Amino acid sequence: MSGDRVTKVLLFISSLTILLLSAGIVISLFGGALPAFREFGFRFITSSAWNPTAGSEEYGAMSFIAGTVITSILALIICIPMAFSTSLFIAEYYKGTRTSGILRSLVDLLAGIPSIVYGFWGFYALRPLLVATGLTDQGFGVFTASLVLAIMIVPYATSLSAEIISMVPAELKEAAYSLGATRREVIFSVVIPSARSGIIASFILALGRALGETMAVTMLIGNANVIPKGLFAPGNTMASVIANQFGEASGLKMSALIAIGLLLFMITALVNYLGKLIIKRFA
Amino acid sequence: MKKQIFILMAAMALLLVSCGGGGSTTGKQKQITLSAAGATFPQPFYNLAFKKYNEAGGPLINYGGIGSGGGIKSLRDQIVDFAATDAYLSDAELAEMPGEVVHIPTCIGAVVIAYNLPGVTDLQLTPELLEGIFLGNIKKWNDPKILAANPGLAVPDMEITVVYRSDGSGTTYIFSDYMSKVSPAWKAQLGTGKALNWPAGIGAKGNPGVSGTISQSQGSIGYIGYEYAFAQKIPMAKVMNSAGLFIEPTLESFTAAAAAEMPADTRVMLTNSPNPAAYPITSFTWIIMYKELAYGKHSSEAAEAAVKTVKWLTGEEAQAIATSVHYAALPQNASLQAAELLRGITYQGLTVLR
Repeated sequence: MSGDRVTKVLLFISSLTILLLSAGIVISLFGGALPAFREFGFRFITSSAWNPTAGSEEYGAMSFIAGTVITSILALIICIPMAFSTSLFIAEYYKGTRTSGILRSLVDLLAGIPSIVYGFWGFYALRPLLVATGLTDQGFGVFTASLVLAIMIVPYATSLSAEIISMVPAELKEAAYSLGATRREVIFSVVIPSARSGIIASFILALGRALGETMAVTMLIGNANVIPKGLFAPGNTMASVIANQFGEASGLKMSALIAIGLLLFMITALVNYLGKLIIKRFA
Repeated sequence: MKKQIFILMAAMALLLVSCGGGGSTTGKQKQITLSAAGATFPQPFYNLAFKKYNEAGGPLINYGGIGSGGGIKSLRDQIVDFAATDAYLSDAELAEMPGEVVHIPTCIGAVVIAYNLPGVTDLQLTPELLEGIFLGNIKKWNDPKILAANPGLAVPDMEITVVYRSDGSGTTYIFSDYMSKVSPAWKAQLGTGKALNWPAGIGAKGNPGVSGTISQSQGSIGYIGYEYAFAQKIPMAKVMNSAGLFIEPTLESFTAAAAAEMPADTRVMLTNSPNPAAYPITSFTWIIMYKELAYGKHSSEAAEAAVKTVKWLTGEEAQAIATSVHYAALPQNASLQAAELLRGITYQGLTVLR
């Protein structure tokens, strides 16, 4: 066998393994979720009941779907201005300077901080601040969780957007400058329009991360298994309820948790697919 | 090229070999390794006790604090030498096990009502107040009902924030078992379980999560294992017991709860004890193991070490360790019963403890 063939076979085997692994995950999620869907049917998705007491067991995923979607979207809304302006600063205004280099490494550093550390910071530093504003009694709830989530996803959106903004061809910008455009005009009528799809995609990928975030959210959202009644009310997310409850779960409850896992998997896959679609559409 | 393939295969084989090892006894040393898993409630006691037992020449015991449910599952799958649980197995759960299971009580734990109220350290609560607060019907600290049970106490005008366990837990089971005994409304609305459909408040993960949240949030109240409140110096409420007396949570008042008659298999909840000196929210925590230890690849050495370990755990030396980490020691009748049960454990039909 030639070296080329060996490499080809090895690469084929390892990529096939990844394919088989993901298929295996989906199949076992389906298998585990089946009892819950059989018991509750479509109501499992639309119902917000969550009663684990033996004898009157009833499970519905709506509270957690709502919690996940609300916190992630809110985090995205908070994240957009921060990440957008930082990426413009790094990749356009101060491109190639020392300041931009330092800022870029700081952003990458933020991305490397473990979730639990953000949770700690949110619990001991951010929460008392929010309580001091008088907006909330204890500081646990959707808003606090979203705020920390936003800070956690800013680095992802920023470094991706910055990458894409810096890839805008210099000729385009130079052409605009030669026509007498100011720097602001170049940015808003040349750089942003040509990097638009990439920027949007970077925010969608950041949203995908927010959807699955667990530890920091668990520490701050209040873990009440209800649809949040307001911005400062406690709720719970899909990832957080699984992390909290799988340890002592069995039977139907375990199946309900796996079904939530499957739903989360599907929502995340959908969001990532949308991101890819947008990149393809506009690129 | 053949050489490269050979090296690759050799590397893979090596990897497989290094992953495949393990087992309950390792070849290099004669030391026996036992694995156990289960409840987190008694984990501080078990960790310390197992460490001391190992230092004194006993087996090395790996205890995984994965929760009572996980422990029961591990024992059912026969992947541990023994398991630990805060709630005794129901008849249905026992029927699902592949063999007969014995319950050995190891110590008494208590669930205390911890709170964070500026300037208040001697709160007294009745079962009716607990029901009202945890069901979300009493919303303010200066509610007349709270004031009536605490004459002369300067209770501030603050919202009550209930903190409960967001994860399934034996602590929740013990607390809800007590509440279901003393409050029909609780029994109808929430019942008894390791996780409940809480109508009010916020959830936090684990005993450390709840105690951390309470100590960080003014106006909060929640239920936690005694040792956690004690270690973090969080004020604990006196609770009115079945004799109508407000009882302070102390190791003596916990042991008093267990002084009553016990069934032969020790499967009994100690909550709401009739003893007038007893703190009402207490419970045994158990080690569970098979009555016949010859199953699967379980060696007789591992079986003997497991039974001896549990026997030591219920003995005087380990009980003193329990007290040092704020669990109440077993009363005499319970430790006698534990010894009796351990004598009944066999390996291939022969008694392990001779």
